[in-house]
Amino acid sequence: MSGPVIEVSDLVVRYGTATALDRVDLTVGAGELVALIGPNGAGKSSLVNAVMGIVRPAGGRVRLNGRAALVPEGRQMFADLTVDDNLKLGAWRRRRVPGARDTARVYEVLPELARVRGQRAGTLSGGQQQMVAFGRALMADPDVIVVDELSLGLAPKVTAGLAEHLRDLNRERGLAVLLIEQNARLALELCGRGYVLEAGRIRAQGTAADLLASEEVAAAYLGGPAGDVAAAKEAAMETAKETAKETAKETAKETSP
Amino acid sequence: MSDFLQYLISGLAVGCGFALLASGLVTIHRVTHVVNFAQGMFAVVAGLTAGSFLSVGLPHGLAEVAAVAVAGAVGLLVGLIAIGKPGTSAQSALIATLGLGFAAYAVEIMIWGDNPRSHPGLRGTVEIAGAYVQKQSFLVIGVTAAVFAALLAFFTRTYLGKALSACAANPYAARAVGINVTRMGLVAFVLGGMLGGAAGVLLTPLMPISYNSDVLLITNGFAAAVLGALNRPGLALIGALTLGVAETMVAGYYEASYQTVVALALMLVIMIWQSSRRTALQEEAAR
Repeated sequence: MSGPVIEVSDLVVRYGTATALDRVDLTVGAGELVALIGPNGAGKSSLVNAVMGIVRPAGGRVRLNGRAALVPEGRQMFADLTVDDNLKLGAWRRRRVPGARDTARVYEVLPELARVRGQRAGTLSGGQQQMVAFGRALMADPDVIVVDELSLGLAPKVTAGLAEHLRDLNRERGLAVLLIEQNARLALELCGRGYVLEAGRIRAQGTAADLLASEEVAAAYLGGPAGDVAAAKEAAMETAKETAKETAKETAKETSP
Repeated sequence: MSDFLQYLISGLAVGCGFALLASGLVTIHRVTHVVNFAQGMFAVVAGLTAGSFLSVGLPHGLAEVAAVAVAGAVGLLVGLIAIGKPGTSAQSALIATLGLGFAAYAVEIMIWGDNPRSHPGLRGTVEIAGAYVQKQSFLVIGVTAAVFAALLAFFTRTYLGKALSACAANPYAARAVGINVTRMGLVAFVLGGMLGGAAGVLLTPLMPISYNSDVLLITNGFAAAVLGALNRPGLALIGALTLGVAETMVAGYYEASYQTVVALALMLVIMIWQSSRRTALQEEAAR
């Protein structure tokens, strides 16, 4: 696939008289991991909703070159349906494609879910629900996955485990990711490039290393001055790998009969 | 004893009609969060249409099925007007359904006049322990059982049924996976129309209906549906059967005009009980 999978240009989103996004430009290339960080009320979720076609922009353009799937903020389970049914509904857009509803390929990628496939999604832990949300998005066979607040309400080690899954999906399947996060450190350590959204406008953009090294970004989002970026990134990678292993073990314990 | 048995079975049949109506209300409310006050109108339209189809020579079975299909089409029309415009609030849609229910009076009077009408159902009676029960009552009970079983299978076994349940459970997540929630709402209105229509064609041989019978029907359907907080068809079925039996007993042993009072009183008691229960649960959760 050539060109960006998500191309947002001059995007304006309004709710009544309030402007949530004001002439926003953003691109996500094929197979790229891109972070979008910003404080509460910056317009991050409005951007997600506009990209996914859930809200209609007041101006500008959203162009998708391929299929996009969403891991929504707060997991958003179909609580009374089973994990398997939640996953199957992820294939709604491809429901007429033969075999599109086969959940086996998701259980291959996320084997933790296979053990709880018959369980009602509302009864799962937050980490498991986030994994179902991932799986549901994967069922759309997407070229790009939009993750809205990966870490929201989850323990750091659960978040790290999920981040590792995301990295694997990107590395092994070439899946592009747009990660919307309040936890700027997590987002910038995971992604290669990032944008900073404030009050509905893109305030900064660049490589993750540049943003991590930026004094402004560090002061506003990383809780202090910019440090040794490469060392911090390496340490975070190691922590993520360790915690991912721990989380997988714990999930196996939780879900084993 | 024979009177009691007769009232019991007749009451169950009437209750089944209310249950079909209530399940339509529940289906629409679960998916769209709209209380559809035009639900009684679907039953009236289908009951009167079935009579017209029979009078022009359509055979039994086909006439009733065609009338239910007409009610489904009317359901779609009501749905398009009530929720067809994206962003319509549930309150605005409720007012729209109320208005459409009254507007339908004019059309119904133009087509069928203002006198109560009935059409023949399953003829004859069955004797059970000295009680004579109309065969139509057994037909109503049997069809209702089959419809509820089909509804259960539809919502738990089919992809479309699960998509409807998904819209009911979490409209945002449903949109996120690409389900068109407004279109699903229209599907719910069609289903609601057909369920109301089924109630109409089954009950009309037992109780003649006219253009304004929708008030009695919606009162009973709503009373049954509130037992399950307008969201649980199983509880609505229990509520409807209780209501049907209670009303038939009151009519049989006391006075037929007290029937609506029974429905309204029951609805009031359930709503008071539910609101006190909710308060107790909220207090418990706050501790």
